[in-house]
Amino acid sequence: MNPVLVATSIVVRIGAKTLLDDVALSLGPGEVVALVGPNGAGKSTLLRVLSGDLVPLAGSVRLNGRTLASYGPRALAGHRAVLSQSVSVAFPFTVAEIVRMGAGDGRGRRIDDLVEAALAEVDLGNFDERAITTLSGGEQQRAHFARVLVQLACGEATHGPGVLLLDEPTANLDLRHQLDVIAAAKSRAARGVTVVAILHDLNLAGLLAERIVVLNGGRIDSDGTPDQVITDAMLERVLGVADAVGRVPAEGTPFVLPHAARKLLPGKP
Amino acid sequence: MRVLVPPVLLVVLLLAAAVAATIGAAGIPFGRIAAAFGLAPGNPALVDRDWLVLWSIRLPRIALAIIIGGLLAACGAVMQGLFRNPLADPALVGVSSGAALAAAAMIVVGDRYLSSAGVTLPLEALPLAAFVGALASTMILYRIATREGRTSVAMFLLGGLAIAALANAGLGLLVFLADDRQLRDINFWMLGSLSGATWAKVGAIAPFLVALAFVLPFIARGLDLLVLGEMEAFHAGVSVERLKRTCVVLVAAAAGAAVSVSGVIGFVGLVVPHLLRLLIGPSHRLLLPTAALLGAALLVIADTFARTLAAPAELPIGIVTAVIGAPFFLYLLLRQRALLGP
Repeated sequence: MNPVLVATSIVVRIGAKTLLDDVALSLGPGEVVALVGPNGAGKSTLLRVLSGDLVPLAGSVRLNGRTLASYGPRALAGHRAVLSQSVSVAFPFTVAEIVRMGAGDGRGRRIDDLVEAALAEVDLGNFDERAITTLSGGEQQRAHFARVLVQLACGEATHGPGVLLLDEPTANLDLRHQLDVIAAAKSRAARGVTVVAILHDLNLAGLLAERIVVLNGGRIDSDGTPDQVITDAMLERVLGVADAVGRVPAEGTPFVLPHAARKLLPGKP
Repeated sequence: MRVLVPPVLLVVLLLAAAVAATIGAAGIPFGRIAAAFGLAPGNPALVDRDWLVLWSIRLPRIALAIIIGGLLAACGAVMQGLFRNPLADPALVGVSSGAALAAAAMIVVGDRYLSSAGVTLPLEALPLAAFVGALASTMILYRIATREGRTSVAMFLLGGLAIAALANAGLGLLVFLADDRQLRDINFWMLGSLSGATWAKVGAIAPFLVALAFVLPFIARGLDLLVLGEMEAFHAGVSVERLKRTCVVLVAAAAGAAVSVSGVIGFVGLVVPHLLRLLIGPSHRLLLPTAALLGAALLVIADTFARTLAAPAELPIGIVTAVIGAPFFLYLLLRQRALLGP
């Protein structure tokens, strides 16, 4: 199958600091990839390069065979949707207005239904007339996720399944809503949408993705299934955490419980 | 509900204009206004005199108030969208001062060198100079306040303060250099006034309002999305750089045109969009045109006060708008306290 999103030998430098050093990544349709790694590894920078925000110093990104630079902002928005880490809204738009922004100029019954469905999916069904500035951080993030889902659906209606880029989509959410976000992303992937998500929780990463890419110091450390990637060796090497990986008994899938790290913490052993 | 707001504002504007036409040094009741327009029978002696007062003094002044109020309020609304900040007003953050400085410099310096060369200053020179001055201050302010697509409220207000202080220092310097006639002109920039309104001035700035009305629908969607941040607006399909350039030029053209005929009139651009957001919500599609309507109505009312409160003398209208607007600004500032830190 032809890859949807291909990044080749990406280099990003800011001043003397190299943020990404020769990073390559190829993603097929319907593929779900979790980007993990320590703070400052270059995950957000890579996502910004993939979304077209940041033009790399060297290397290129191709979306459906065309370089990102050859798309205008509006065309690009029809092919990929992005959820940023934190969005603050300057004026008291209602939640419904914010979510509807994902539809661009689109109006009509179909858009109304999309907005309503997206609000229900992020469990904000009764919040549509509330001003977004009065919502908690997690609720605001869910509203923006709904907006991104609407944008993705509108793009899908004209161009087919697109690309969904998520920068820490679960950061401010409680467990219930973290799982909702994972479920929403997986259901989009089942329809052929390519998903890239930055996650810090390795267990969520394993739950969401069949492929995990570990970034460390601006380079790809490892790239493979959760089974191959989430190992004691990787955690020790990249995060400096020892003896944290266990296996779910029946399934054999890895989970991370930094039990051994208790030794390093102050207090009772 | 919301769809009723534009027609209601239009009625308010027409009523304000009609009432303003009756009030002045020579009171002309509604009946005589109708007669002067030939819509009703009237005393022929009065009709001619009334018509002269209306046509050559009162109507051009009302028309000027409508255009300038519309320009300033729409300019404020666009600025607030561009800077993602409800505290933006062209007069408050130095854009109008920059325009006034450039216009005054044109009067003093241009006059001195051009008249010694035997050339008189063309009528278009002042609006053009005011536009360039407004453009320069807006661009500098943007550079100061915005970093990596995020606008800092504190940097915006303090940067604006610095620009205004610098422009006012420049104006002070020009006052020092100016002769008596130029001094009167410069004083007029600094306080703001609609006196001396003529149809020629109305004709000179009316195209700016028409152009603004034409462009506003095209930037409304972009400004809505810009509320999310520059990066997020780009993700959603906005050509952010083009939108920003358009807004900066619009702000400079509107503020420059207004300042070039009426001097610095503050707070219209601050108060009007804020009141409207309470009424119709923050979406720019409705906010931008209604801001122009309400701004026009408010300035007609403010100017009527300016020319009657101290009759037969006239108050500069900038003082009237400041008396209403400055407390309002303080109120907004207190509500925004959280954004500015403790």
